[in-house]
Amino acid sequence: MSSSSALENKQLSPTPKNFTTVMVICVVLLGVCVIASLVFGSRLVRFNELIDGLFHPEIDTYGANIVRKRISRTVFSLLCGAALGVSGALMQSVTRNPIADPSILGVNTGAALFVVSGIAFLNISTANQYIWLALAGAAITAVFVFGIGSMGRGGATPVKLVLAGAATSAAISSLVSAILIPRAYVMDQFRFWQVGSVGTGSWSAIATFAPFLIAGILIAFITAPALNAMALGDEVATGLGVRTGVLRFIAALAGVILCGAATALAGPIGFVGLLSTHVMRLILGADLRFVIPMSAISGAIILTISDVTGRLIGSPGELEVGVVTAFIGAPLLIFLAMRSKVRSL
Amino acid sequence: MKPTHQFQAEQIVAGYDNKTVIQGVDLVIPSNKISVIIGSNGCGKSTLLKTLARLIKPTSGKITLDGKPIGKIPPKQLARVVGLLPQSPIVPEGISVADLVGRGRFPHQTLFNGWSKKDFEAVAEAMRIMDITEFANHNIDELSGGQRQRVWIAMALAQQTDILFLDEPTTYLDITYQVEILDLLTDLNRKHGTTIVMVLHDINLSARYADHIFALYKGKLVAEGEPSKVITSTMVKDIFGLDCTVIKDPISNSPLVVPKGRYHVNHPPADGH
Amino acid sequence: MRNDSIELIISGRRQRRRRWILVTAALAAIACMLCCAMLLLGNTIYPVKDVIRALSGEQIKGVSFAVNTIRLPRMLAGLFAGFAFGIAGYTFQTMLRNPLANPNVIGITSGSSAAAVFCITVLHTSNTVVSIASVIAGLATVIIMYLLSRGRSFSIGRLILIGIGMQAMLDAVISYLLLVSAQQDIPTALRWLGGSLNGSQMRELPPLVITVFIFAPIIILLGKHLSLLELGEQSATSLGVSTDKTRIALILSSVCMIALATSTTGPIAFVSFLSGPIAKRLTGAGFSNAIPAGLVGVNLVLAGDLIGQFAFEVRFPVGIITGLLGAPYLIFLLIRMNRRGEL
Repeated sequence: MSSSSALENKQLSPTPKNFTTVMVICVVLLGVCVIASLVFGSRLVRFNELIDGLFHPEIDTYGANIVRKRISRTVFSLLCGAALGVSGALMQSVTRNPIADPSILGVNTGAALFVVSGIAFLNISTANQYIWLALAGAAITAVFVFGIGSMGRGGATPVKLVLAGAATSAAISSLVSAILIPRAYVMDQFRFWQVGSVGTGSWSAIATFAPFLIAGILIAFITAPALNAMALGDEVATGLGVRTGVLRFIAALAGVILCGAATALAGPIGFVGLLSTHVMRLILGADLRFVIPMSAISGAIILTISDVTGRLIGSPGELEVGVVTAFIGAPLLIFLAMRSKVRSL
Repeated sequence: MKPTHQFQAEQIVAGYDNKTVIQGVDLVIPSNKISVIIGSNGCGKSTLLKTLARLIKPTSGKITLDGKPIGKIPPKQLARVVGLLPQSPIVPEGISVADLVGRGRFPHQTLFNGWSKKDFEAVAEAMRIMDITEFANHNIDELSGGQRQRVWIAMALAQQTDILFLDEPTTYLDITYQVEILDLLTDLNRKHGTTIVMVLHDINLSARYADHIFALYKGKLVAEGEPSKVITSTMVKDIFGLDCTVIKDPISNSPLVVPKGRYHVNHPPADGH
Repeated sequence: MRNDSIELIISGRRQRRRRWILVTAALAAIACMLCCAMLLLGNTIYPVKDVIRALSGEQIKGVSFAVNTIRLPRMLAGLFAGFAFGIAGYTFQTMLRNPLANPNVIGITSGSSAAAVFCITVLHTSNTVVSIASVIAGLATVIIMYLLSRGRSFSIGRLILIGIGMQAMLDAVISYLLLVSAQQDIPTALRWLGGSLNGSQMRELPPLVITVFIFAPIIILLGKHLSLLELGEQSATSLGVSTDKTRIALILSSVCMIALATSTTGPIAFVSFLSGPIAKRLTGAGFSNAIPAGLVGVNLVLAGDLIGQFAFEVRFPVGIITGLLGAPYLIFLLIRMNRRGEL
């Protein structure tokens, strides 16, 4: 990335005026989410229990322990949300398509297929093994969907991509079911994972997941200026010194890594990327140097809030977060579809 | 010969999606003649045609056929008298030419699938007029653009209506086909008495083929009548914003619009370049 | 000369008609054979004579139970649901001029399924209420989608996008209901998410059968109108079709049939999607293909169920088989449409 394009970036898009305000609001919201996530659930936690759980490890009351258990879950949902948020931003940028989101593109189902196959045929069982398979599945599906969606005139338009994603998703789902049916032992585990849950968040899972998250987000930050240039069009970007082919590949890879890892550990959770990136784009404009980090934060907020909502609504059990995000996200998809100029089929 | 009809529009106001395009037009379609609607892009020609052909419901005003408002005439019955060829027809895949032309017989058919003797005759005649008989059993996908347009017109002809509306029937065709189709439509009018109302974008072809011209400007009818009376350089300037000279077409004696641009003019422009 | 050209047209049309009749007859024959196979095949294969006697009401040990309580309802469910899915899918695809715009994709089957699952697992209502609820849900889904996709100008692409969004929401609802309800057993889940003939019972069938007998003829009679709608709004109106009324009648009939079929067997994957195109490829495009599409639907469902029951060591529900068949075709279709620039 040459220094000239960095300069161009600064000239093309100065810091958005409302950035500080947005940042402050988001951080506050984040704090609220964290507290909510620690406090709410099947058992409401009182203020003193909260303090005890967080700061006084020697106090061993029921309430304090609940708080401690929820810490890992909270951290997990923050990290997952951030990963999904950034993944959505990257995918939307790479495909130049406001509707790109890992779940809509069927990447989740691809990851699921590989995980299920792994469980059924290769007898894998540890989180580490899940991740690699899920990543492979996510990557291959992304390539496939993007490939089909780009064929023909116009490249990868929103309609074509979504259709390709839906078709591939449907196709893979049948395969997944076909594998699961003879194997009841896999079925239960899979179905729970399928609706998307962060309830499985444990510290070891977080440890497994963290490297991927860090790698993905780093790549996202580094490529952000170049991606900005690419948003102006391939020719313009090449003129500014950007190697578009390589850039697309790297950004897509990062997106897939983030989404694949999150899916592997928490199951397919959809629409978070769509929601967080879209909202941040609306507020901050199209400069990815700001949209990406804010997508991470807003993604974390959205997922954590959805998780808390799921706990509240589903009480005494809980409603899986994937259901909540589908419920909020699908209307957004519908709204976007309504507003956009969709060429007649 | 086709019967005479009184087709009249009174004070129609029409448009789409809260936008009014036609602002109060009164007209009477000359029966058994060829009429052409002209005007610049966006003036409402297509909208007017579609409103007359009852595809668009006017927000106010009346359109009557032989005294009856067209909204009150049962659709199938109306379709036996009034037909329309749309601007960009949609072609279903994989259908054979004869079957597509045959769909134009719907207003004359009953609920069940068979074709009567009259249907076959109408289809054969329509295909003969448009010279596509050889393609009868071919797949529509195998035909070229010009041939497909002829198939569409044949379908409108198979409908055997007394009045035929055509929305830019020649726009995507070569000049040869344009003239050919306009000649065929003239045949239809002269030999069978079909009333034809067309939107054409080419003002010279309009001047040559029309018996009657309707000139639209910004949704209002600003002139109508015989081409030699309506097409004058003043009118062209008013409606199209184009400087021109109008001469007599050496072949048909109809008005021929010769545009004046900035270059290639006998006298240099005023600023003396 | 004139007579020659008429002859050409007449003979051509007669030939195409003949092909249509032959194909439809063949499809019907295959359907009959599959129906018989459904009755004869099973864990135990009974002699034909016994099966016929059991059907006519005689009480034969073993046979009567197997045939009348298990196989017969299964066959009838498959028969009527298959026909319903096939004809409804064909109707939507023709009306919207796009094979991708069919009830499986644009969320209508999900809406009916969600309502059915809700009634069965949460409200524990009677069958009649389930049927009515799924019809209402199906219609509501259509209405909502139509209103949402109207926008500045109706576009089928927008409709499909919105449909996919609605399907995502509704599928989430179904998954949730299944997970949370007491009915977590796998057969039930599979039936509602993918479609299955397992557990079909005679008493569930009357609503479906009645609906098909009422609404399928409506669509068949409107065959010509549907063909004209295929030519686009302008041509159809000019030819005398009351497009709004016709569309309402067609949509109402299709949704009712789909809703009832879905509430009986679950949304059998891809049958709505595949039937129309397969029928068209077999019979050609000149005539109304409602009946052939329905028959293709029947054949897909019955054959899929038989394959699912007997082809592998494990029993797969019919939805999985049709899903595995339909998915590659869907992708192939997408690729072809993209190549041709139709998307």
